[in-house]
Amino acid sequence: MIRVETLSKRYGEAPPVVDDLSMEVAAGEICAVVGTSGSGKTTLLRMINRLVEPSAGRVLIAGEDTRNLRGHELRRRIGYVIQGHGLFPHWSVADNIGTVPRLLRWKRAAIDARVDELLALFGMEPATYRDRRPAELSGGQQQRVGVARALAARPDVLLMDEPFGALDPVIRGRAQDELAAVQARLGTTVVLVTHDMEEAVRLGHRIAVMDAGRLLQCATPAEMMARPATPFVEALVGGAERPFRLLSLDRVEAAVEPGEADGPPIDAGANLREALSACLWSGRDALPVERNGQRIGRVTLAALRRRAAPEAGTPAP
Amino acid sequence: MPVLAAPAAAWRRVDRLGVLIALVACLGAALPFALFRANRIVPGEGLAIASALPSPEAALLGLAVLAFLAAAALRVPPAVKLAAGAGLLALACVLVGRSAGFLTPPGNGFARVAPGSGFWTLGFAALLLAADALVRLRLPPLARVTVLALALALLGLLLWSGAWDGLSLLKEYGTRAERFWAEGRRHVALAFGSVAAACLVGLPLGLLCHRIKPLRAGLLSVLNILQTVPSIALFGLLIGPLAWVAANVPGARALGISGIGAAPAFVALVGYSLLPIVSNTVVGLAGVSRSVVEAARGMGMRRGQRLFRVELPLAAPVILTGIRIVLVQNIGIATVAALIGGGGFGVFVFQGVGQTAMDLVLLGAAPTVLLAFAAAVLLDAAVEALSGSNFREAAR
Ligand SMILES: Nc1ncnc2c1ncn2[C@@H]1O[C@H](COP(=O)(O)OP(=O)(O)O)[C@@H](O)[C@H]1O
Ligand SMILES: [Mg+2]
Repeated sequence: MIRVETLSKRYGEAPPVVDDLSMEVAAGEICAVVGTSGSGKTTLLRMINRLVEPSAGRVLIAGEDTRNLRGHELRRRIGYVIQGHGLFPHWSVADNIGTVPRLLRWKRAAIDARVDELLALFGMEPATYRDRRPAELSGGQQQRVGVARALAARPDVLLMDEPFGALDPVIRGRAQDELAAVQARLGTTVVLVTHDMEEAVRLGHRIAVMDAGRLLQCATPAEMMARPATPFVEALVGGAERPFRLLSLDRVEAAVEPGEADGPPIDAGANLREALSACLWSGRDALPVERNGQRIGRVTLAALRRRAAPEAGTPAP
Repeated sequence: MPVLAAPAAAWRRVDRLGVLIALVACLGAALPFALFRANRIVPGEGLAIASALPSPEAALLGLAVLAFLAAAALRVPPAVKLAAGAGLLALACVLVGRSAGFLTPPGNGFARVAPGSGFWTLGFAALLLAADALVRLRLPPLARVTVLALALALLGLLLWSGAWDGLSLLKEYGTRAERFWAEGRRHVALAFGSVAAACLVGLPLGLLCHRIKPLRAGLLSVLNILQTVPSIALFGLLIGPLAWVAANVPGARALGISGIGAAPAFVALVGYSLLPIVSNTVVGLAGVSRSVVEAARGMGMRRGQRLFRVELPLAAPVILTGIRIVLVQNIGIATVAALIGGGGFGVFVFQGVGQTAMDLVLLGAAPTVLLAFAAAVLLDAAVEALSGSNFREAAR
C-alpha cells in the first residue's frame, strides 16, 4: 500500500536526517516505526504526506507517486494524528471531526452523519459530545477525537506520530486496544511512530527500527525478537523483557494441548504472558483452558517455557 | 468576650474602598453644588446644596447622599451598591438641571448656571461606586453592553426631556447645535476612519512580519519611534509634506489633501495606530499553538484556509485588544486635530480655552470622554466574548 523508495532528507550540510530509506507497508497492516528521539521517525512520516518534501527518493501510495498530487490534496486523502492531538480549540468536537470532509465539500448531512458515526465508534455519545469544545474533554477523549478527525474522510492510510504520548499509562493502554480494534474493523493501513517498544510490539504487525536516519530492520515482532539484525535492534527489543514480550505476542489457544489441569481456568483469548503469570502466581504447572465457558484443554508451563525461548534452529545469542 | 467582639464584627462589615468613596461623596456634598455667573465668562459664585435648590429637593438630595454613604461604606451586595451609585448619579443630574431654573432670575438671558465642583465630586463618587459594583458583579459581555446601552439611553432621555436646558453647557450647545453635530461627525470619522485605515495597512503588515521573521524587528522599531513622537509635533511635521503633495500631485487637492486640515490629522492618527495593531497581530499569531497550525496543514488546509479558519480566529482576541487600545487612544488624540484645522470636538475645547469659557471646553471634552468610554466597553466585551470561545482551554 505504501512504498518508500530510497528516501532521503537533508537539511543543509548536516548529516542526512533520513538516509536512503526503503520500506513497504502492506495494505491493512499496522507498521510501527521505533527509534530513539532524533532518529528521523517524524521526518519519515511527514515525507509520506509531504509535510516535508524529500531531498531524494519517492513515496508511492497504492502504486501512485505522491508527487502526482498537490500537497494539500494528498494530505486530504491521508489521515494524520500528531502528538498532543492538535485539535482546533475554537471549534466544537463536531467541527473538528468534520474538518477534512468540509475541505472536500461533502454535503452537510453526510458530514453530520459521519461525525456521529465516528463518535459512536469511539464510544462517545454523539448527543453529549458533538457540541463540546476540545477543552471540555478529558485527555483520552481529546486523543480519540484526534483519531476520529483523521479518519473522517475514510482515508486508506493513517499516519500517527506518537499519538498516545501525552496519555497516562492506564488510559494509554485502553487507547491502544481501541486503536487496534478500530483498525482491524476498518482495515486502514497505519504507520505509527513511537519511541516505546512496548507499544510497537502491542500494536505493530510489523516493526521498523530506525537509528540515525537509517532503517535497521523491518520485520514482524516475533521475527525481530528471534533474529535482531544488529546489536542496536537487539538492545531495543531485548534485555530482560524479551521472553515476556515474545509470550505476549501469542494467544493461549495457540499453545493449548489436550489434557486436564486443576484450579481456575484461563480464557483461550488471553495472551501467553498472562498464562505464565497465572502459573507462577498460583504455583501450578498447568492451567485448564476455556473458550466460551467450554473446557478445550490445558496449557503447560513447559510449553510456555519453550515458546519464551528463541525458535528451535535459531542460534541463541 | 462579646464586648470586644462587637467592634471587630462591625469593622469586618466595613468596605475599605467604599469608605474612601464615601469620604469623596462627603467632600462633594460640602462643596458648591451649582455655580452661578452673571454672564458666560465672569468667575462664578459657588452655591452649596441648601442654597442651590428649593428646600424639598435639597432635603431629598441630602437623604440620597446619606443612603449612598451607608451603601458605600458597608459590606452590602454589589447590586445594592450599584443601585445606590446609579440612583445618586441620576438624582444629582436631574436636580442640577432643576437648580438652573431655580437660580436664574426670570427673563435674564445672560446669567449662567453650571454644575459646581460639588456636583462633579458627588457624580464622580457615584460613578466610582457603580463601576466598582459592576466589576464585582462579573457581568458577562452581553450584559455589560446592555448596561452601557441603558446608561446612554437614560442620558439621552435626560437631554431630550429638556431637564438640563437651563444649564450653561446646553446654552452653549443651543447656540451652536449644528456645528456641534458637524464636528461630532468629523471627530468620529477621524477616529474610526483612521483606525479602519490602520487595520487595512496594519493587519497585512503584521501578517508579513509573522511570516518573514527578519522583517519583524526592523519594522516594529520604526513604528515604535513613530509612536513616541508627540501628537502635536507629528501633526505639525505632516503639514509640510502634505502641502507639497497637494501642490504637486494632480488630483490630490480634489481628494481633500492639503497641508492643514483633516488630511494631516488623519495621516498622523493612522501612524499612531500602526504599532499597536501590527505588534498585536504579530503577538496574536505567534501565540497560536504550533501543534494546531501543524494539524491544520496535516489535514490538507491550504495557506489561506489555515490563515482565515485557524490562525486569525485564534489570534483575534489579541488583535482586537490592539484595535481597542488604538480606538480609545485616537478618540482622545483626535481632539488635538482641531489645532491644525482638522476639526472635531477639539474645536470647542480650544475655542473654550481661548475665551476662558469652561462650559465650551466641556462641550468638547464631555462627548469625547463619553465616546472613548463607550468604545472601550464595547470592544472589551467583544474581546472577552471572543477569547471566551477560543481560549477556554488556556484557563484549564
Ligand atoms: N526543519 C528542520 N531543520 C533542520 N533540522 C531538522 C528539521 N527538522 C528536523 N530536523 C532534525 O532532524 C533530526 C530528526 O528529527 P525527527 O524526525 O523529528 O526525529 P524523531 O521524530 O525520531 O525524534 C533531528 O536531529 C532534528 O534536529
Ligand atoms: Mg518525533
